[in-house]
Amino acid sequence: MGSAGDLILQQLINGISLGSIYALIALGYTMVYGIIQLINFAHGDVMMVGAYIGWFCTTVLKFSFLPALIVAMFLSAVLGVIIERIAYKPLRNATRLAALITAIGMSFFLEYGGMLIVTPQTRTFPSVFPQTVYTFGNVAFKYGDIVIVITTVILMLLLQFIVKYTKTGKAMRAVSYDKDAANLMGINVNNTISATFALGSALAAAAGVLIGVYFNTIDPLMGIMPGLKAFIAAVLGGIGIIPGAMLGGLAMGLIESIVSGIGYSTWRDAAAFIILIVVLLIKPNGLLGKNIREKV
Amino acid sequence: MALLKVENLSKSFSGLKAVSNLEMEIKEGELIGLIGPNGAGKTTVFNLLTGVYVPTEGTITFQGKKMNGLPPYKVSYLGMARTFQNIRLFGDLTVIDNVKIAYHQHVSYNTLTGILRLPGFFKGEAEMEQKAYEFLKIFGLHEKANELAKNLPYGQQRRLEIARALATKPSLLLLDEPAAGMNPQETQNLMELIRWIRKEFNLTILLIEHDMSLVMGVCERIYVLDYGMVIAHGTPDEIKTNPKVIEAYLGEEAI
Amino acid sequence: MKLFNLKNALILAALIAVYAIVQMTAVAGTLSPFYLMTLVLVCVYIILSVSLNLITGYTGQLAIGHAGFMSIGAYASAFIVVKMQGSLISGLLFGALIAAIAGIIIGVPTLRLRGDYLAIATLGMGEIVRIILLNTDYLGGATGFSVPKSVDWTWAFWIMVVSVVIIRNFINSSHGRACISVRENEIAAEAMGINTTKYKVMAFTIGAMFAGLAGGLYANYMYIIQPMSFSFLKSFDILAMVVLGGLGSITGSIIGAGLMTILSAYLANFPEMRMVIIAVLLILLMIFRPNGIMGNKEFKLNFLISKKER
Repeated sequence: MGSAGDLILQQLINGISLGSIYALIALGYTMVYGIIQLINFAHGDVMMVGAYIGWFCTTVLKFSFLPALIVAMFLSAVLGVIIERIAYKPLRNATRLAALITAIGMSFFLEYGGMLIVTPQTRTFPSVFPQTVYTFGNVAFKYGDIVIVITTVILMLLLQFIVKYTKTGKAMRAVSYDKDAANLMGINVNNTISATFALGSALAAAAGVLIGVYFNTIDPLMGIMPGLKAFIAAVLGGIGIIPGAMLGGLAMGLIESIVSGIGYSTWRDAAAFIILIVVLLIKPNGLLGKNIREKV
Repeated sequence: MALLKVENLSKSFSGLKAVSNLEMEIKEGELIGLIGPNGAGKTTVFNLLTGVYVPTEGTITFQGKKMNGLPPYKVSYLGMARTFQNIRLFGDLTVIDNVKIAYHQHVSYNTLTGILRLPGFFKGEAEMEQKAYEFLKIFGLHEKANELAKNLPYGQQRRLEIARALATKPSLLLLDEPAAGMNPQETQNLMELIRWIRKEFNLTILLIEHDMSLVMGVCERIYVLDYGMVIAHGTPDEIKTNPKVIEAYLGEEAI
Repeated sequence: MKLFNLKNALILAALIAVYAIVQMTAVAGTLSPFYLMTLVLVCVYIILSVSLNLITGYTGQLAIGHAGFMSIGAYASAFIVVKMQGSLISGLLFGALIAAIAGIIIGVPTLRLRGDYLAIATLGMGEIVRIILLNTDYLGGATGFSVPKSVDWTWAFWIMVVSVVIIRNFINSSHGRACISVRENEIAAEAMGINTTKYKVMAFTIGAMFAGLAGGLYANYMYIIQPMSFSFLKSFDILAMVVLGGLGSITGSIIGAGLMTILSAYLANFPEMRMVIIAVLLILLMIFRPNGIMGNKEFKLNFLISKKER
């Protein structure tokens, strides 16, 4: 037992689970960036809020997984829209720096405001699933792995459908392409941007609940690192490009698992940032990105 | 000897040829016009000459030196300066600081002298102040020296762009639509000013312009560009009667 | 323009007065150690915010990895003082030098990036530095690195003054104007003969150097340094000071650093409340006064001197 092949396969499974979560968060980053060119630093913290709503639903209200997931997604979507309306909308014509700083401020607000409300203490997520572990040879996967992958796939298909075939989705693509022209064509730009935040936040909340289920613990600062890494995933795939976020998320999850698997878990976070910098230097528009140059 | 010689110059953007096989020769002291319908590639030619774009093919020889692929600031050191079609001033800085920045390449003190406020700093700054003021005076902007550039009216912003370009002490000045947005009277004044600075500073000038009265009025030779290619060149009178030019402009603008 | 005039003499007198009042009350014991510590930290953060302002406010390069340079300076100076038994001044200079070198190494590749991308790359760099320190047991690793306290109010105050004067002099020189032109319009700056890459790297390096110097002061004042004190939260703190004071205003950065440090000290027992207040402050500021307290203006004593001397 314990052959290198098994080890790699095991890390591959862990990596896909982790990567699915990153991908879900990365989608929100990429959609928001695509539409208003803002790095929504608070996105990881919306994920945290989603995790807490999920936790509240399962422990206090004794919901099962699916209703808890749906409630968390819905309430977080509302939160996302409120954040956009209060903090980002007044800055739509301000400098990039002002918007970025506001996003950082919003991130702090959610993290530490959250701490004031729910205390900094770590909470244990109830086990909503059987702790069954399936083993195939020396490779094990948990029931949770399967749930994560299935949930992610369903949500991504749903997102693809919304973006490609619904009126809102078409409006989103139009606004991200040219805000003014979309406006002239009768598209309500403000509502479309709100819809983007709602969708992104709902996906982040789903990721939050999945993290809670998978790792069992949640705390108010849990959004920071996955948030940053999901952002890196979005950049890796090409920011603003939806399939890029999915690809980037999976790649990030796999790389992280492999780095941990070969015994360098303390360097795991560094690996993520090194990837970010290498990508930015070699292919700043990401794996699936196109080159855009400034007009002189 | 030609001051600027452009041979077989081409530039394509992802397959699309913006400029193709451009040939151009400018002698010292000439005042040349570059005209053509919208989208003909005129500004792209400027961007190629000044190093903003790297040519796909061909060579640019300036003062006998091949200068393909030089970054814009080095092109500026060699003595080529430009203005921009869409004004690019340093808006949040004062009018005089705009000119001082262009004069920076001729400043004699180094960073440490500046930090330590050694005598060289005060000397250098005094020289810059005086030179910058002289340039402003030529363009009638000296009374606005301490206003922010973004607060100037449009016509004065265009003039400040020229003043700033001159402060780099160029031998070849590229003007990208200097009269855009000016009224006939302002255009007339600008025409005289262009003639005057050419004499005063021993300049060679290449200008892009849509205002035909200005181009025909001041330029000695004209290149006509269409679809990235030179379709005609010659004296204003030759250009006026050239059938190819008339065809290119038909329905565009009256000549 | 003159080096010695009424304005400069007055500023010097005011500085000496501030220094002397704090020093005397501290020696006499009327100023509690807590307030003294806050004032020393104000000096450290003034250096940090003014140096970040050079990069972000004047040169227009959005960098959020300043804590990384601060930690490099802190650890390098601690290394000299503790491991090499060097003097404080050699430690501080070494820290600044290493941070400057790191600034060049990090700046050359990343400054090609624009706006948001540069911000994220510098944030990543800062985190990588932190993780490297976390994994370097020779320098204490996660538990921290003990450094004897040798910095006092005198050191902190005068090093702060010298740092601010140097950065101010740089900005108010032709080279500083070249940096500002990069912020204003990079393409035009390049066309006017400004080697924009050179000036971006120069501003970045000078900024990193002073962040390293501030880190050295911090390390030799706080008894212990830990990698987690230099996380990107600290970088955001410094950025918040700069933005609060006003991008492109040195006096603004001084005010911003002072206000934020004092506010933090008062709320030290309520860390969550402190962060919530800073967060709300930042958001409100961006919405209602995005240019900060000072905008890009300076608080000036110019009315004291004749117009010609300015």
